[in-house]
Amino acid sequence: MTTATPTRKQRSNLGPILVNGSLLLIVILWMVPAFALLVSSFRTRFDIQTTGWWAIFPHREWVTIEELKPGPEVDRDGVMTLAGVQGTFTEFRDGITRNDGTRVLWLGNKRIGKVKVQAKKWTTSLDFTLDNYGQVLGGKTFNIRQPDGSIRTEQAANFTGAFLNSLTVAIPATLIPILIAAFAAYGFAWMRFWGRRTFFVIVVALLVVPLQIALVPILQDYVHLKLNGTFLGVWLAHTGFGLPLATYLLFNYIRGLPRDILESAFIDGASHFTIFVRLILPLSVPALASFAIFQFLWVWNDYLVALIFIGAKPDVQVLTMRLAEMVGSRGNDWHLLTSGAFVSMILPLIVFFSLQRFFVRGLLAGSVKG
Amino acid sequence: MQQSSRRSGITATPVRLLTVIVIPLVTFLILYWGFFFLRDSSAPKEVTALTAIIWGVGGVAALYLVSNWLVEQLGDTWRARIQPFIFVGPAVLILLWYLALPSVRTFWISLHGRSGSEFVGLANYLAVFTNRNMFTAFRNNVLWILFGASSSVILGLLVAVLADRSRFERVAKSLIFMPMAISMVGAGVIWDMMYEVNPNIGLLNAIYTALTGNAPIAWKASAQLAPWNNLFLIVVMVWLQTGFAMVLFSAAIKGIPSEIVEAGRVDGATEIQVFFRIMIPYIMGTIITVSTTIVIFSLKIFDVVQVMTGGQFGTQVIATQFYREYFTNQNSGFGSDIAIVLLLTVVPVMIYNLRQFRDQEAF
Repeated sequence: MTTATPTRKQRSNLGPILVNGSLLLIVILWMVPAFALLVSSFRTRFDIQTTGWWAIFPHREWVTIEELKPGPEVDRDGVMTLAGVQGTFTEFRDGITRNDGTRVLWLGNKRIGKVKVQAKKWTTSLDFTLDNYGQVLGGKTFNIRQPDGSIRTEQAANFTGAFLNSLTVAIPATLIPILIAAFAAYGFAWMRFWGRRTFFVIVVALLVVPLQIALVPILQDYVHLKLNGTFLGVWLAHTGFGLPLATYLLFNYIRGLPRDILESAFIDGASHFTIFVRLILPLSVPALASFAIFQFLWVWNDYLVALIFIGAKPDVQVLTMRLAEMVGSRGNDWHLLTSGAFVSMILPLIVFFSLQRFFVRGLLAGSVKG
Repeated sequence: MQQSSRRSGITATPVRLLTVIVIPLVTFLILYWGFFFLRDSSAPKEVTALTAIIWGVGGVAALYLVSNWLVEQLGDTWRARIQPFIFVGPAVLILLWYLALPSVRTFWISLHGRSGSEFVGLANYLAVFTNRNMFTAFRNNVLWILFGASSSVILGLLVAVLADRSRFERVAKSLIFMPMAISMVGAGVIWDMMYEVNPNIGLLNAIYTALTGNAPIAWKASAQLAPWNNLFLIVVMVWLQTGFAMVLFSAAIKGIPSEIVEAGRVDGATEIQVFFRIMIPYIMGTIITVSTTIVIFSLKIFDVVQVMTGGQFGTQVIATQFYREYFTNQNSGFGSDIAIVLLLTVVPVMIYNLRQFRDQEAF
């Protein structure tokens, strides 16, 4: 194609307005739920319960412009005259509209209620706070006295601890499989040994095996080895479940590296190990990065593996578990749920947006997988 | 050739023999001590976390380093024989322990009763396919595939085509792709909020009550809507997976040679015809791969359902039933059975992958 040829984009017959319009619509639809969460996490508990998060947008609402306190001389059982309008208690309670569009409203009961004069005005509810985050991240503990007299200590929504646990699980569970898979990929690509083909067939066959198949037996092993609830146990599990894809991806990449680099290194007397560490690893950085992001997001966002292998130990709980637990126990505390959910997403979102290029590349390379 | 013979034999000097024993021993002891420190210590969380990371990553690196160093002490022939297994051995062992053997072991457990001791043969399988809850779960997984997988694929394709013609391609794709970074638990919370009964919190009910004046509906937890309340959970998966489909389709569309598309246009094909007659056939391979991946994903769906409804209100799926039978009801035989059923559903894809692999020249 010469440079003079117009690209497809420019020659498109479809109206650009239609294209961009539909795209915008889909993007908005896609963003609304996440936006709702983000906005709500900064609203006060009271605001969340009384007005929708969309109240942050300008909207018309009844706003009190005057407040009266009817004295004891007002006859609450008959017809009253308040703020220039006449009516019975029931009428005032439902609100009486005045000629200028404002309304007079009785709030509270007959004896000690207030009367408010309200007008419809454009308002926004922009009363934001960081308190929700303070509550979610702070590790306050409560002592709860049990019926039998003993005291049970319960941690408040301690997302800081869970965040640390998630990091502790995710970093090694990303690096360990990469290291092991890179060695294996090099071995499969550049070494000749007995059973090479058979072993690689196993790798390919295991690509799509659902990890549920492994949970029951591995849990049995972990109970015997006392690995249940340990970081090591979770790392190994994530390593095992991530290895087929890692090995396969890295094998495809390393096999594609130019062979003559390797041969000249051999002639210079370098060992396999040296070649691997000095040559192959640096050359494979793009592939390693792609898989690293893939695996990191996977491990960070994993719920099932964490639930099964560390479920019993609250002090090693990861973010997804803490959040899921909160959905169950405090399902109506939206000020905590929203901020907690956002805490659990912030790191993967940063990783995702800053390293998207590598992530997409990994996805494209892995798309051969079923 | 002569040079290499100098390396043969590890018994050259007693000192050397000693190092060969001492270094692995020290490595092993450090790792061993680290394991117990991490398992039993009550040090502050930050310390434990840092130790854990160094110990875990460093430990694996040390194992490779030391075992490779050991092998390098051997003679040439033996080194050539053993070294490959230092490289691929750990991966193969872990894969065997974590995935290959468990498939067999799970099958064995599935032939046994509740506690795993008495042999019941295929009775569990009979139960799985006659159990009413399991029937609902199977039906729901079919719904997930029918509606969830197809919507993700179609929407992904639509966005990819639209974005390809838009000036805002990068931003739009980035935003649609964003949910991929969010956990299914997080997505569950996000959509829980959308579906919340209180119309001051749930946008869907706010719109519904404002438009119809009816009382709000508990969308996902409504038994009246069943089985269509599943659709509200399925939306979450579509939200998460459309970006994935879009990225792959987008790359495939960019790979279509523009000459082909231009030729079609010159011959007077409309945009619609170009799309269905030229683009779709050209990217058929990608469509099949993406669809298969998303179908497998929807077969294994667990987190979304577990977090949003716990599998109640007729929303259970195969994976949540597995969890419930094995962990809540403590029925290991029945639970393993469900896992095997899950495995069987992906066997066709496995066979396809192996065929593809066999046809490759490289091996």
